[in-house]
Amino acid sequence: MPEAATESKISVTDLNAYYGTAHVLKGITVAFPGNAVSAVIGPSGCGKSTFIRTINRMNDTIPGFRVSGRVTIDGTDIYAPGTDVVTLRRRVGMVFQRPNPFPMSIFDNVAYGPRLHGVRKRRELADLVEKSLQAAGLWDEVKDRLGQSALGLSGGQQQRLCIARCLAVDPEVLLMDEPASALDPSATARLEDLIDSLKSSYTIIIVTHNMQQAARISDFTAFFLSGELVEFGPTQRIFTRPADRRTEDYITGRFG
Amino acid sequence: MGAERFTRWSRATDRIMTGLLWLSALILLGVLGWFIFAVLKDGLRGLSWQFISGQPHPVTAGGGIGPPLFNTFYVTVLSLVLSLPVGMGAGIYLALYARPGQLTEWLRLGTQALASVPSIVMGLFGMVVFSQAMGLGFSILSGSLALAILNLPLIVNVTEQSLRDLPAAYRDASLALGATQYQTLVRVLLPAALPALVNGIALAAGRAAGETAILVYTAGVSTSRRLFDFNPLAPGGTLAVYLWGIKANPIVPDWREIANRSAAVLLLVVLAINLLLLGPVRLWHRRFSGRGAR
Repeated sequence: MPEAATESKISVTDLNAYYGTAHVLKGITVAFPGNAVSAVIGPSGCGKSTFIRTINRMNDTIPGFRVSGRVTIDGTDIYAPGTDVVTLRRRVGMVFQRPNPFPMSIFDNVAYGPRLHGVRKRRELADLVEKSLQAAGLWDEVKDRLGQSALGLSGGQQQRLCIARCLAVDPEVLLMDEPASALDPSATARLEDLIDSLKSSYTIIIVTHNMQQAARISDFTAFFLSGELVEFGPTQRIFTRPADRRTEDYITGRFG
Repeated sequence: MGAERFTRWSRATDRIMTGLLWLSALILLGVLGWFIFAVLKDGLRGLSWQFISGQPHPVTAGGGIGPPLFNTFYVTVLSLVLSLPVGMGAGIYLALYARPGQLTEWLRLGTQALASVPSIVMGLFGMVVFSQAMGLGFSILSGSLALAILNLPLIVNVTEQSLRDLPAAYRDASLALGATQYQTLVRVLLPAALPALVNGIALAAGRAAGETAILVYTAGVSTSRRLFDFNPLAPGGTLAVYLWGIKANPIVPDWREIANRSAAVLLLVVLAINLLLLGPVRLWHRRFSGRGAR
């Protein structure tokens, strides 16, 4: 296990998920270590996105969605009745496939989260915005135009803005759903460097279609197929000595 | 047809159709310009402060349109105050909270049914319910209530549509940051939907300012003796109704001049309402969107 990684941050036990009658996640049991990057790979439609969205309960917004099993963060079941979803989503941030900044200024985008949770003072917000933009590697590029519309930034910049926006609420976990799929190669490279720099402070779970990316940036890898977790382990081992035949077939490109 | 001939034919069709489309745009602008010119040409002549603020004369020349003009503003504003909360509430519900099901279907059916009622029928309904049964008589309040119901489907539709047109990504991003549905609505969605929403509201306001038949039966045709009569139970004859009335019963000798000037003033009033509503909102929205936003 990589030195900085700690014990299980997120523990999933026998997770089953349904959209109406469709059984989309089948008996998933896995534990993600803290302060590490875990990649979730698998062919289209295997349930990767649905899976990570169960960790911040974003699937709750979809009518007809049902879940059974346990998902715990630091030992606390997030699906226990009475769980405060708002606090959960503060602790677990999410970056989406396509950058989705709000149609506001760069400053207001990053300040959105803190303002939600009651931060009002201009000075305090300005500090938070600067720190978050620096952590996301965007500060130098935008520090002179914080009042400008966020929609004027390039795709790569917008995605880093979305990361800054997440970081501003001081989460513990970052969920990334194919964050580089809408970006060009150089923006992707910058994003991967950023993820690498973030893992010492955050637990990151990243869904990716791109196996080379998974091999490059992740410490652990989970392979999903048709709603099932086929295999989970250190990335090095998964890509060189996969235990399951299906994992080997996917990684060597026999399907997918 | 050979390939060469087909290409030439396609290109010719393209050019003809482009020309026709340009022509239709020009015709539209032409009609609009002609209309505005015709109304203002005859109407701006002789427009004076005395005319705009003066009392209408029953038989003699020289009457003004003060009270009807005031009533137009009063009825427009009051009907918006009554229809916006309910209309926007229903629109927001349909766009963000409604689950597919019976209640939603009934709501849509009801809104559409309401929208297809002719305004004069709504006026008769208003007369029976507001003027007679509720005892409001022919008054500002009665007219505003009827207009509010008339505009309700428009407000519901425009609110729902302006919210649905927003990228779902805004909502996802906001919820993922730990916002509640309500915070998302108030901090992101409504501000982002504001331009489209306000356009719709301006439309409703323009409609309220110009409706005639419905107001004849609810707000009545007579006006108050005082110029700025804020009593909601005062007679609510608006400028549009007055314009119709003076043509229907041309008693005063200068009725043609009064009619022309009233038409011009009504046109300018609708323009003024648009500016008063849209101006500050556009400014606020520009600040909300950040510098350089389109």
